[in-house]
Amino acid sequence: MSDLAGLPALSLAVREHVVRMATRGGCFIGASLSCADLLVHLYTRVLDISPERLDDPSRDYLFLSKGHDVPALYATLAELGYIERGRLARHLSPDDAIYWHPNRAVPGVEFHSGSLGHLLSVGLGVALDIKLRGGKNRVFVILGDGELDEGSVWEACLVAAAYQLDNLVAIVDRNDFQANARTEELIPLEPLPFKFQSFGWSCRTADGHDFAELEAAFENLPYAQGRPSVLIARTVRGKGIPSIERRADRWFANFTAAEVEALLGELRGEAAATLVSEGMVVR
Amino acid sequence: MRYADALRTQALRRDEVIVLTAENRAPIRDLPPSLGLRFIDVGICEQTLIGAAAGLALRGRVPVAHALAAFLTMRAFEFIRTDLGIARLPVKLVGYVPGFLSEANGPTHQAIEDVALMRGIPNMRVVCPADEDELAEALPVLLDDPSPCYVRYNHLPPAVEHRAPFALGKAEVLTEGGGVALLTYGFLLREAAVAARLLEELGVPVRLVNLRTLAPVDEAEIVAAARGTELLVTIEDHFATGGLYSIIAEVLLRHGVAARVHPIHLGDRWFTPALLPGILEHEGFSGPRLADRVLAALAPHPRPLSHPLPPDRERGAPSHLFRTGLPLSRQGGRGWERGPGGEGPRS
Repeated sequence: MSDLAGLPALSLAVREHVVRMATRGGCFIGASLSCADLLVHLYTRVLDISPERLDDPSRDYLFLSKGHDVPALYATLAELGYIERGRLARHLSPDDAIYWHPNRAVPGVEFHSGSLGHLLSVGLGVALDIKLRGGKNRVFVILGDGELDEGSVWEACLVAAAYQLDNLVAIVDRNDFQANARTEELIPLEPLPFKFQSFGWSCRTADGHDFAELEAAFENLPYAQGRPSVLIARTVRGKGIPSIERRADRWFANFTAAEVEALLGELRGEAAATLVSEGMVVR
Repeated sequence: MRYADALRTQALRRDEVIVLTAENRAPIRDLPPSLGLRFIDVGICEQTLIGAAAGLALRGRVPVAHALAAFLTMRAFEFIRTDLGIARLPVKLVGYVPGFLSEANGPTHQAIEDVALMRGIPNMRVVCPADEDELAEALPVLLDDPSPCYVRYNHLPPAVEHRAPFALGKAEVLTEGGGVALLTYGFLLREAAVAARLLEELGVPVRLVNLRTLAPVDEAEIVAAARGTELLVTIEDHFATGGLYSIIAEVLLRHGVAARVHPIHLGDRWFTPALLPGILEHEGFSGPRLADRVLAALAPHPRPLSHPLPPDRERGAPSHLFRTGLPLSRQGGRGWERGPGGEGPRS
């Protein structure tokens, strides 16, 4: 387990990897940056897992359900020794399996995703089996807030509550955006804690970029015996680079090499990057 | 053997078997006391049924998931394709009331594109037992197989006296006549067997083939049937697209074999809802109606109607096939339907 004080540096390294993947084809940079701190915190402070125990049935499981934020996962796995850092340079190469959505060819990735609304039910199945076998390990599923539009998420919520799966933990990366729109302007989700609570889940919220708050939020799982838990992590799309934060058009980005260098500077606290490539809005 | 008993036996023998249902319990309602927590009902949530089954499979389980065929294969299609297909997880899908077996439910419940959809998924097995015995016999084979599979559930009593043990990708050839080949799957084998007997009585030698599995399909048998008969007839309660007729076309093309093929399917329309005997009659799938349609297809070959009717038993008509044949519902129609042996209605 890393020291809490070391996490900001690790997060910065992860974000740098993400920015470097946002060129020569690009990546979904907005969501990757919003969940980078969550992933860093989970892998260093919460999950009972290590690169040596990828097949250990008593490990904790983490499923990345929204999928398109996988650059942050690749980067976290690279920084923590699950995969070689050099593989990140092969992002989008046909010679590697590092592409826009997760897949199990990458050590540490539990299951493929990209089609939204799948992995809460897959995680539910894993949690059921752990219960059947009397295991103590836990299953974490990261959901996008836009992903909550999918009805299958709420099916899984009903079933997880019915089976009292208190070893199942959903984490909503609440960055307030779905692809190209603010959730509250397109399909409003609030009051979101109430929705989960009314489905039988115990719910907390935390600042998804504040490691002390995350530490407290993950300290006492489950939040209620016999109930699945959900943490709504308030996050910022594009977090760490003010010039692309909270931007509807910086969902997916494919920057020039010069822009990447400028964005890396901005990430380290230097002047705001000047972006010439256009934002991307797909409607 | 009842399916539920076979499933219970397998589940008690193999810890990895988990029985799931999306609140469709009828055929497996007796299982919860024996299986305890290994019986999981997710309610009317077909997508979660599949996702949860995938999760269980990731943990080394072999889930057997039950739901109505229409909702299993269509409501949850993308979950099946994405969670089970891409990962090639050994989840066994059992679809209730497929095809005509949805009877009077109407088009919402008619799974008559299920074969097309499921066989379009790489590595997915598509298994269509002719009766409950065959289903029960197939079950351990399917549980041993490492791939996902879709089963057209069939609770009906034996369609014929089976001759060959169940094997994936292996058809059962029931008669080996060289006139016309009747190729079918699922419970329609029973009707095809009735048609075969009627045709034999008219002097049309029949090769009656129970395909059993459509993916993988027994290509060698399809080619052999094409080479060994004058006409291939496909019989299926499925749309024209993607079912057995399509499979035959693909196989013959792949092997460079030309053949006359007469498809009997539902074309591009949903069937008229009714009870099963009514559907079979109305849609032209009862044994006598099938025989009629085959004769019409043979029309350029005038032999059948003018051919003297041979004695039933001496011609070696496949009497072993008729243990549970449907009543010959059109007694008094054409002479060939009555048959020379004077066999009365069976029910």
